[in-house]
Amino acid sequence: MKYLRFGYITAPVLGALWLFVIATTVSVAMSFATGAAFRPSFTLSVAIGALLGFGALYLQSASMSAAAAVLGLAVTLAAGAAPVVVGDGVGLTALALTALATGLGAGVPLARFLDEMPAGALTRHEFEGAVLKFLMGFGYIFFTALVVIPFYVMVMTSLKNQSELIQNPLDFSIDLSQGWLLFRSYVELIRDFRFGEYLWTSFYISVLTVFITLAFAIPGAYAVARLRFRGRAAFSRSILLIYMVPMIVLALPIYIAFSMTGLRNSIAGIVMIYPVTTIPVALYMLQGYFRGLPAEIEEAGLMDGLSRLRVIWLITLPLSLPALASVSLYVFMIAWNEFLLAFMLLDDPSKFTLTRGIASLNSSEIPRQHLMAGSVIATLPIMAIFLGLERFMTKGLTAGSVKG
Amino acid sequence: MSEMTPPTGSGPLARREARLAWSLLAPTLFAVAAVVILPLLAVFWISFKPVALADLRAPAPVVREDLRGRPEAAGDEATVRYRLRNSSQDQVVADVVLTDTWTEGLTVLEMDPRCTLQGTAFRCEFGDWEGGFRDQLTIPVTVEQAYFDNGAEVDETEVVITGKAQSVLTSNEFTLENFAAIFDGQEFWNVLWVTLFYTVVGTVGALVTGLFAAMLLNHSFMGQGILRGLYLFPYVAPVIAVAFAWLLLLDPFSGSLNALLVQMGVTDQPINFFGQRPLALFTVTGFEIWRYFPLSFLFILARMQSIDTDMYEAADMDGASPFQKFWYLSLPMLLGILSVLFLLRFIWTFNKFDDIFLLTGGNAGTRTLTVNVYEQAFALSNIGAGAAVAVVIFGCLLLFSAFFFKFISREEGL
Repeated sequence: MKYLRFGYITAPVLGALWLFVIATTVSVAMSFATGAAFRPSFTLSVAIGALLGFGALYLQSASMSAAAAVLGLAVTLAAGAAPVVVGDGVGLTALALTALATGLGAGVPLARFLDEMPAGALTRHEFEGAVLKFLMGFGYIFFTALVVIPFYVMVMTSLKNQSELIQNPLDFSIDLSQGWLLFRSYVELIRDFRFGEYLWTSFYISVLTVFITLAFAIPGAYAVARLRFRGRAAFSRSILLIYMVPMIVLALPIYIAFSMTGLRNSIAGIVMIYPVTTIPVALYMLQGYFRGLPAEIEEAGLMDGLSRLRVIWLITLPLSLPALASVSLYVFMIAWNEFLLAFMLLDDPSKFTLTRGIASLNSSEIPRQHLMAGSVIATLPIMAIFLGLERFMTKGLTAGSVKG
Repeated sequence: MSEMTPPTGSGPLARREARLAWSLLAPTLFAVAAVVILPLLAVFWISFKPVALADLRAPAPVVREDLRGRPEAAGDEATVRYRLRNSSQDQVVADVVLTDTWTEGLTVLEMDPRCTLQGTAFRCEFGDWEGGFRDQLTIPVTVEQAYFDNGAEVDETEVVITGKAQSVLTSNEFTLENFAAIFDGQEFWNVLWVTLFYTVVGTVGALVTGLFAAMLLNHSFMGQGILRGLYLFPYVAPVIAVAFAWLLLLDPFSGSLNALLVQMGVTDQPINFFGQRPLALFTVTGFEIWRYFPLSFLFILARMQSIDTDMYEAADMDGASPFQKFWYLSLPMLLGILSVLFLLRFIWTFNKFDDIFLLTGGNAGTRTLTVNVYEQAFALSNIGAGAAVAVVIFGCLLLFSAFFFKFISREEGL
């Protein structure tokens, strides 16, 4: 380890590794974008990367090393000995884009990693700083790719047709000249597979679930947070315990009971069950928030002659609007995404929720772009809500459940 | 002077407060009891019963009626026929009674001894039927002109047949067969091993991945908010949507990832990620990590951002290197949240059903305990065995939560 800590060793090693990472990233990205053959070359990446790292050590200025990297890689790519091996039939634009992406992607970060690194012996600080920056750079690429790729595939598949998909599963380029025809899978889903109805069903079931959950959880949470009674501690613990009973264990008897009472296959049955699965967690989140509110304001209200219920309605609830928003969003998300109960309890296509509707698309007779279009239809609304109200959502996810 | 003592028992105010508390909690308690406690008891009950999926419908007598002999004119002879059977193959239906309203204009030639006809009201008493019972009741009649005048068909009025049957669910019949069936042989240990692997690796993987992701975003830079939102996508999206996206991506025949791997020369032939025996389990665990790292990431990031920066400044002054700062400062501060997350995620991963069910359906060596419940109850139509697996799961959970509460009450002061 000690012998590694020299600028002229660390820099080429990091450079080699980094260029390979970039070459792989660019190849994957270009393959997914164009469907043509792009492939990282390990030996060439390592060789050129080591040179780059060594160069960055002496050039020091970030912009200069970046420019040098772009220029150098463009030349090597044109000469055919580049870190990214390009197959036949790749257009000039794609080639130029590959060179630019590889060059910038390698040069700019590398110059930053090796910014403060002397060529000679390194202190532990300098060495670890460079390694850490390298790891972070790798981390950003790794995590982003990991998260984005499945969603990218989902959206792009929904815009293609069966024969295109089978011909080249990698080709996700879309033909924009088709105009609205691009969205034919969506149109067919809504027209022939009743997805418009499912969207509406899912929406009102989720909204109803939110309201019913709040109606049960607010008084319960208030009682647990503020009122003194025997068994309070035990109660606030057992709330979480209930949240730990697996749904499949409950689904079995619920299925039997619903079959016998005729509630299976009815929206009413679903609306009865969903809130109960969310009440414990909502109660737990809310009581955490209620505890954080200053009790003095409520006591002042009590002194002024308000009853407890009026205090809750006039003081506690207005103060906890942000928490209510978080909890509502969280509950809405759970209800919207719920699959198991909908799958087991609903058989009649006129009563499906979105998730159940997608499950019914999973057959060999229905083309895959329909399945993916259905998935996009289910994902988009929750994503839109999530991105729009992310502040509440992240609060809702962390609030109450674990302090800190 | 009498000695002053603190008041004992609860005063009227305290009692009123407790009453209010319980009345506020009552709806929740009621709902939870109805949907959680009752079903749990039901699972215990069913696990000792020989119940198959078909038994959910209680055995009942079934009847079909028709008029045979095609009478064309008054005076023709015909036969009113009732085809009778017991819907169950092995259950007794007791006190079977058939009632029907006949159309006018049929004269009975010979009445079955079990039946009576008064006016148009026809009634038969059959007594008890064994399981699998089948019979035909035929009553020869002469058709009169009134029958044709009415223009009514014989089967126009609904035949009503009733009988008392005992459902297995409510009978006093108990058995240990369900437990014997699920504990039998190698399969159960396989399932248990798969569950343990999935749970432990999935939990630890999601925690470690979440920790890395949190460290990446624990700096302020341009686009931090966007990345944070992006990294939460896998958790927020509906499981069914992302599961199908993964299935499509990793498909051995036309999946993009396999096409990519082959093109890059990593493998010669496509890999069947969800169909091969050890690999499928790894892939499914990978999916679990992918889907749930955002949750740990979110909690860990929140904790990281609340750590005081003074400490790091002091460490900088003392010349600590970045890795030393992480190892000696950050990690100890995060230990509390990490252990809580581990316990929570451990239990939730153990309970997870949808993910594996959607990805592999429990095939190729990925059947966990929860998937086994579904498999036994619905695929093999043996509800009793499914309930028995559910009881086993519940037992494991009790064990975990006992441990959990001992631990978390120390950590979180709950």
